[in-house]
Amino acid sequence: MAQGRPIDNNRAIKIDVRDFSFYYGDFQALDSLTLSIREHEITALIGPSGCGKSTFLRALNRMNDTIPGARATGDVLLDGQNIYDPHVDVTELRQRVGMVFQRPNPFPQSIYDNVAFGPRVLGLARNSDLDDIVRQSLESAGLWDEVKHRLRSPALALNPGQQQRLCIARAIAVKPDVILMDEPCSALDPVATLRIEDLMRELAQDYTIVIVTHNMQQAARVSDRTGFFWLGKLIEFDETERLFSTPREALTEAYITGRRG
Amino acid sequence: MANLNDFAKARTAQIALRVRPMGVWLRRGRLETLIELLIRLSGVSTIVIVGLIFLFLLREGLPAFLDIPLRQLFGSRWYPIEGFYGIWPLLVGSLVVTAGAIVIAVPLGLTTAVYLGEIAPVWQREILKPLIEVLAGIPSIVLGFLGWVALAPIIQSLGAPTGLTALTGSLILAYMALPTIISISEDALYAVPKEYRDGALAIGATQWQTIWRVVLPAARSGLAMAVMLGIGRAIGETMAVMMVTGNAAFIPDLGLDLPLHPVRTMTATIAAEMGEVAQGSLHYNVLFGIGIVLFVVTFAINLVAGRLVGSVVRRRGGQL
Ligand SMILES: Nc1ncnc2c1ncn2[C@@H]1O[C@H](COP(=O)(O)OP(=O)(O)OP(=O)(O)O)[C@@H](O)[C@H]1O
Ligand SMILES: [Mg+2]
Repeated sequence: MAQGRPIDNNRAIKIDVRDFSFYYGDFQALDSLTLSIREHEITALIGPSGCGKSTFLRALNRMNDTIPGARATGDVLLDGQNIYDPHVDVTELRQRVGMVFQRPNPFPQSIYDNVAFGPRVLGLARNSDLDDIVRQSLESAGLWDEVKHRLRSPALALNPGQQQRLCIARAIAVKPDVILMDEPCSALDPVATLRIEDLMRELAQDYTIVIVTHNMQQAARVSDRTGFFWLGKLIEFDETERLFSTPREALTEAYITGRRG
Repeated sequence: MANLNDFAKARTAQIALRVRPMGVWLRRGRLETLIELLIRLSGVSTIVIVGLIFLFLLREGLPAFLDIPLRQLFGSRWYPIEGFYGIWPLLVGSLVVTAGAIVIAVPLGLTTAVYLGEIAPVWQREILKPLIEVLAGIPSIVLGFLGWVALAPIIQSLGAPTGLTALTGSLILAYMALPTIISISEDALYAVPKEYRDGALAIGATQWQTIWRVVLPAARSGLAMAVMLGIGRAIGETMAVMMVTGNAAFIPDLGLDLPLHPVRTMTATIAAEMGEVAQGSLHYNVLFGIGIVLFVVTFAINLVAGRLVGSVVRRRGGQL
């Protein structure tokens, strides 16, 4: 599917997840996942509520670290390096693996300051370079034309769709390799949703994207590969086209047909 | 036919339904007028009482401004027995003590709130928060006592001629303002959505950068409010200050060691001397005059602070 983009199985593996489990205290939220996320592909994660999609996504840039009692076992290799290795610098990891959230969460600051936030805290650029980065990021996020005359106005004055694209611009301003998106369109109307989907296709040329979605059509429209989660287990992981047309597992079939209604 | 019957029944029921509530509405209407009246009355009475207090203050205090030349009134000698009513030392005393308290309490209070709200593990928070509430509940006289017995000797051992100084007063006042500043700041931090923190952390900001560049600015107006309310508590305080500042009504040389000298504040002066003056005497009027000055200063501070908070809110697009 994926709007005619052919699957290229020679793409390098960007994130290799091996036998990965995750616990919130005594509760096991993820059970020995193994899958490979390939460079410049869009990988979609689907599954019923509470099956661990967000947990898995947040495990990929260690956003779960702050939760007391949370614990991970197994390996997540980013370009071959285990991100759970004690020597890994979490801030550097998160620069490389950015995140866009379910509800648009721009800071209550100006549009410019939102995009410049990352480069500033990471010390990537100053002044004129910063202007360039802000501009490029907003262009890549398809927002530049709408906001170029009001970069100093508050980000919260934008509409939700624009806010979400601003958050995407904010994420790509630090030049990550991977962008994780947790139901990025669930708070948006259909038009804004389609814009973000188009944007994702464009971004996939430069970035590796992992998206969680409840929307089957969205997964089918936008992704190259899809993983189906069920009660913390990865039931099936395959090329999107195949998973939706001829799922191997009965559970997958029941879920996608039930979801399609 | 049956249909029509049903219709008629339903219609009657509808009408009945509509009529019954009307009776209730009528009664509720009267009750509502009564409640509205009571609310209005209490609102108006507050305003009237404030007005009366101000009028009274003016009536008793204005003669001081009329009878004593302004130059002398704002002169530097406060010696009522010999007819010197210069309130300048008292004004300076109040300002020094309050400013000192602000300088101590604001950074301490804000950092404590940040620690409690952003950094401390849950178990520490659970111990510290009730402790801070206890601190808020300590009567000011007890704090004054503590300042006198425990703090003053320490200050004296630092090399001050006496332990009862402006600094002692500032420290005690700071501790009185702290619980207010801490708990309201913490509320303000708590009100900052978790999404902002997640957003910053997910870009690769450290926890400190997240606090400094996202959380604190987002909580700005709430923090300003906390500081103002804390200062408000400090400015009007009388008893504790009277006990520990030494109450010397003269200005030492204006120098860096000013806080290490005894001072007397406006509030302490009123409290200490009001009992001894003859009603209607000039001294009596001057004490009320001091009250007016205090009123004006407090009012001005509130006004400026209100403007500050207001402009911050406006600059951020109406977002608290
Ligand atoms: N901080 C937490 N502490 C304890 N348990 C949690 C925590 N976060 C999530 N869980 C549990 O882990 C499981 C997986 O949650 P997760 O949020 O990953 O699901 P999800 O697939 O993203 O669901 P949804 O589609 O509703 O977003 C759920 O049972 C949830 O209750
Ligand atoms: Mg989720």
